[in-house]
Order: sequence, then structure tokens, then C-alpha cells
Amino acid sequence: MSDESNRITSITPVEGWFALNLGEVWRYRDLLYLLAMRDISARFRQSIIGYGWAILRPLLTAAIFTLVFSVFVKVETVVPYPIFAFAGLMPWLYFSNSLTGVTSSVVGGGALLTKVYFPRLVLPLAKVGVGLVELALQFVVMFVLMALYSYVPGWEILLLPVFVVVTVVTALAFGIWLTALNVRYRDIGMAVPFLIQIWMYLCPIVYPLDVVPERYRALYAINPMVGVVEGFRWALLGTAPPDWTMVGVSLLVMLVVLVTGIAYFRKVETTFADII
Amino acid sequence: MSFSIQVQHLSKRYRLGLTHAGSVRELANGVVRRMFGRSGTEPHEVESAEPERAEKGEFWALRDISLHIDQGEVVGVIGKNGAGKSTLLKLLSRITYPTEGRVDLRGRVASLLEVGTGFHPELTGRENVFLNGTILGMTRREIRQQLDAIVDFAGVESFLDTPVKRYSSGMTVRLGFAVAAHLDPEILIVDEVLAVGDIEFQNRCLGKMRSVAESGKTVLFVSHNLASIRSLTKRTVVLSQGKLLFDGPTQEGVARYIAENLVKHESPTSISNAPRAFDGLDQKLRFEGLRLAGLDQEGHLPSSGAFHLEASIHAEEQFEGLQIALTVLTDDKSPVGSTFSEVLSAPEKGETATLSLAAKFPLAPGRYHCAISISNVRSAGKQIHDSLTDVLPFSVAVSSITDAQGQINWNPAWGMVRLDPLTRCTDR
Repeated sequence: MSDESNRITSITPVEGWFALNLGEVWRYRDLLYLLAMRDISARFRQSIIGYGWAILRPLLTAAIFTLVFSVFVKVETVVPYPIFAFAGLMPWLYFSNSLTGVTSSVVGGGALLTKVYFPRLVLPLAKVGVGLVELALQFVVMFVLMALYSYVPGWEILLLPVFVVVTVVTALAFGIWLTALNVRYRDIGMAVPFLIQIWMYLCPIVYPLDVVPERYRALYAINPMVGVVEGFRWALLGTAPPDWTMVGVSLLVMLVVLVTGIAYFRKVETTFADII
Repeated sequence: MSFSIQVQHLSKRYRLGLTHAGSVRELANGVVRRMFGRSGTEPHEVESAEPERAEKGEFWALRDISLHIDQGEVVGVIGKNGAGKSTLLKLLSRITYPTEGRVDLRGRVASLLEVGTGFHPELTGRENVFLNGTILGMTRREIRQQLDAIVDFAGVESFLDTPVKRYSSGMTVRLGFAVAAHLDPEILIVDEVLAVGDIEFQNRCLGKMRSVAESGKTVLFVSHNLASIRSLTKRTVVLSQGKLLFDGPTQEGVARYIAENLVKHESPTSISNAPRAFDGLDQKLRFEGLRLAGLDQEGHLPSSGAFHLEASIHAEEQFEGLQIALTVLTDDKSPVGSTFSEVLSAPEKGETATLSLAAKFPLAPGRYHCAISISNVRSAGKQIHDSLTDVLPFSVAVSSITDAQGQINWNPAWGMVRLDPLTRCTDR
């Protein structure tokens, strides 16, 4: 008999903290893949514009931002405001959509949770895939916009994937905490849209980083999305390179949130089915 | 032989009422309680029909269950609603975790607590087969190999690329069961999935489960359908109020389960409150008490087969007459036969009267119970006023069947009824 058919699974009461046990998630990678594909292919079914929405939303948002912050308010930026805003909006929209998706993943997956076993971590992990398709489409739009403004990306663009990964992991890190808490305290679901709304103003998306006073920069950098947004702009538009200390702080915060989030999630995941 | 499922002293406790931290007010109460060392609000008293299972706002859904199931065994699990069947399955499927005790499972477990888990209405049948299969623990490669067989079993070939939301509910269920039926686990846990689908499909499902069982897999099968439990399993576990009531041969387990469901006490309140056979009975003539006279201490019918029934009947309206119908059933609910009383005079309006009725039931040894109903005889079409099933349990002792040579060893294959003795005809 094969190993699979002879492996003993023991079910015992849950005590103490769990090991991260990510190997099990790996064994369920097919489920992870299909859940992500389910979201991707069901996302825009029965809508006429379909994935056009992925392009329209950031494009229209960038247009409004340009109108408000470049025509009305006149924010000074080194690069033309439309591409400045679009470059900042891409990681932000990905982050906010993914954070919303990940936060509701466990509660939304209640029908699955109460019927069948699988590593619960698969649910939040599967949610970060949907946005990546949209992000890829937005890159195409970004390059068209850059061409219109005759911007040619430099070697920095090679680092773009790094910043994409950091964005994904940041959304996941906060999302895992929030989704685990959301099972017990549904207030989280109420708070997240509001949180996202104010969080955007704490990121250099509509304004350049220079307008933040020097003495607040360290505090400002605790927000891990600051490093990400700056990194995106630098990689795409060759603006001033991000302050690497700030990126370091952002990364550190993100990692702490991620590891504690997974640990907390694994600790409470055994109770999900009883509470949901 | 090595075990397949081993359950040791398994218990699961749930908190009653709120299952989470609750509102800010309760949180504040808790803090106040801890700070000043006095009690805030007491957890609300819970009135439970089963006081021994609920204590201090907690509820034991399962208490101290131990089971040892060998590889290749097919075991039925039966019990009333709320007996803990679903909790046991959820624990075995690792959906929820035990409070005490442990379970060891050998090999891959597939649990079918619901058909079509995770189906997404917007996705096509094909996409859902893959999704559902991976949810149940298959890999994409395994599903690809089985896809034709799955589609064939479900009979949805031409709709494979149609979104599932356009499927009829029967098609959805068939597709869901087809995926599950093609899992290849070492342990299969099935919960009541056969309650859906038409007869033909139910038979197909039963056939599939039988072949799974014959291929040496371990199957745990929960159902209220005693006929399918009996045809599929040799061993049955009966749960009652979270405890293991019985674990042994199916025939006996089913009997224990049915016996547990009988209305045992013949007091007026228990008969008045007993569940009725169906809804919509006006109870203008109502049973208030039912009793069998002449049973011995073990509840055996006298060896003569004399059946003596005392029925207290309350009349809410004036009726000219009434008639009582009685069906005798074996302990697995197969009817043996029925009888009707002659037309009897009904009690006066607002009164209760006790009727004494006698019959002779020459039954084979075994356990029996009755279903009984009252109708009036005024109208042309008789109207049933009250009807009870699962009442008046009695049994027939093995020793009661004798002939001149002594006791006869009654074989179940001979049937449930002792026909009249064969005697020699003298007159031609």
C-alpha cells in the first residue's frame, strides 16, 4: 500500500500554539489553484465589460484624481500627474481589493468550512490571485499611458516583480489577521472598508512623498504600503529611488504582521467551524 | 486486522447561547467581574429537555464515545435527531475538534456531509467537477483521469459546459454525488446524501456504495433510512443523547433504535403529548391513554396470543360512533397486519371514556409495536381524528410457541404470523 493509504491521522483536542505546518497547505495546492481560478473566472461572468472593469476603474479614478489634485489643487509632481497617480493606484487598488477579499474569505467560505476538511489557510491564500489578473491588465494600460507621455522605463523596471510580491504579501499579512478575527468579531467586516478609505490617505498615492515633513517620515514608513507605492513609482517611472531604510521598516512591519497572523490563524482555525 | 478508525473516549462540548465573545456589553461585564471579583450577569438559565447533557450553559453533543472499526467494515450510524450523529461525523472529518478524547484514522478520509460542496453557480459543470473534487481531496490529475466516468455516472454529458446555476436541482445533486463516488479514499463517510434524488438515482448511489464497500474500503454511513442501513451494513452504532447506546449487529441495532423511539409510558400526558402520525389531525376524538393489559413483566404477550387493549378516548364534539384501526408492526417498522374495531359508541361531548378491546394475535417470537387511529363513522368517507405511531410495544416470547411436543424453535424465515394449527379434517 502507498504511504497515503497508510498514513495515520490523529484528531485530538487542541492545545497551545500550532506549528505553522505549511507543508499541508502545499499538499492542497491543487485546491488553492482551483479556488483562485474559481474567483478569477467567476469574477466578471455575466457582465458586458467583463475584465474591462479592471482597467476602467483605475483609469477613471486616476482621471478624477488628476482633475482634483492637478487641475484644482495643483499638487506638484516630477512626472505628469496622470501617470504619477496611475502608478500609485495600481498597487493600492490591488492591495485594497485583496485585503477586502482576504478579510471576508473565511466567513464567506463558511459553506465549505462546515462541510469538509482542508487547511483553512487555503481560503485567504486563494483570494490574492484574483487581483493579480487585474494588476496584469493594468500594467498594459500603464505602459500605454507611459508611451503617450513618452516615458521609457529604465533598468529599475526589473525590480518591479519584487514590489509586486511585497504588495501581495502585505495584503495577505494584514488580511490573515483580519479574516481570523472576522470569524469571531464581525465588526471587522464593517471596519475594513472604512479602514481602507483612510489608509489610502496615509499612502503617497495622490501626493508625492516630499510633502510629508522629514521628522514624520520614520513614523510614516511604519505603513508598509508607503515603501510599496514608492517602489512601484521608482521601478516604473524612474523617480527618486525609495529611501531604503523606509523600505526596510515597511518590510519588517509586514513580516511581523505576517508571521503573527499565520500563527494566530492556525491557533483559532480549529474553532472556525463551531463559530461561523 | 489493523484498525481503520479508532475512537477513544471522544467528547465534544458546545457552549450554549452565544458561541463567541459577544457584544461590547458582555465584554465590559466580564472585565468588571474580573476587576471587582464579583459576578456580573449570570449566564442565562437554559431550559433543556435533556438536563443531564446541558450544564452551566454548556452542552455535551457527544460524551465518551469509543469505537474500533477495522479496515473494510461498513458501519451504520443511527440515532434520533440531536443524538450526536452529525457531531461524530464532523469530528471524524476534522471539521470540528474534540473537547476530549482522540481519533486515529488510517489512510485518506473522504467525507460526504453534503453533495456538491463548494459548487459555484457561475461556473460550468466541468469547472465544478474539478473544484469539488479538489475540495474533497483529489488532485487535478486524478480528476482528469476520472472525468469521463464521473460525467457518465451523473448523466450530464451535454450540459458539461453550462453554468451549474442553469442545472435542475437533480442534475446538481447527481453531479455532486458522481464526483464523490469516484473518490478513492480508504475511509468513506457518508451523511444522509441519499435523501435527495429520484428513486433510480438513489438505487444507483446505493449500488455504488455497496461496490465501494465490497472493494475493502471502510464506510461509515449515517442515515434515517433503516432499509438502506440494513441492506448496506452488518454492524450498526446507535447513538442516543450523545452517548453510545449500542454497537453490534445491524439487526439488533435497528431494533434498539426503534425501541428507543417508542412511547413507553402510557400515562395520559405522555399519550396526549406524543407526536402524531401526521399533521392536520383535528383531534376532536383524541387518545388520552393507551395500555395493554395482560402483559407479563417483560412485556410479553400471553402465550395464547390474547391482545387486550384499553384505550381512553376524549371527545370534543358529539359523535354517533367511532371506529379504531390498529396496525401491528415489527420492530423494523414493517407492518404485519391490521385490524379494525366494530363501530363503538363515542364518549359524550367533553367526556373521556375508556374502551376495552380484545383480539388474538398469533405472532412469531419477536418485538412488535402498534400504530393506532380513530375515525368517526358518521360521514360516508371516514375522517381520521387522531393517529399515533410507535405506541403499545409488546413482544412475543420464544417460549410461547409450543405444540404437543414442546417448544418450537421459530425460524424468522417462516414469517411473522403463526397461522392456525393444521388439523386433520374428519368430515368430508
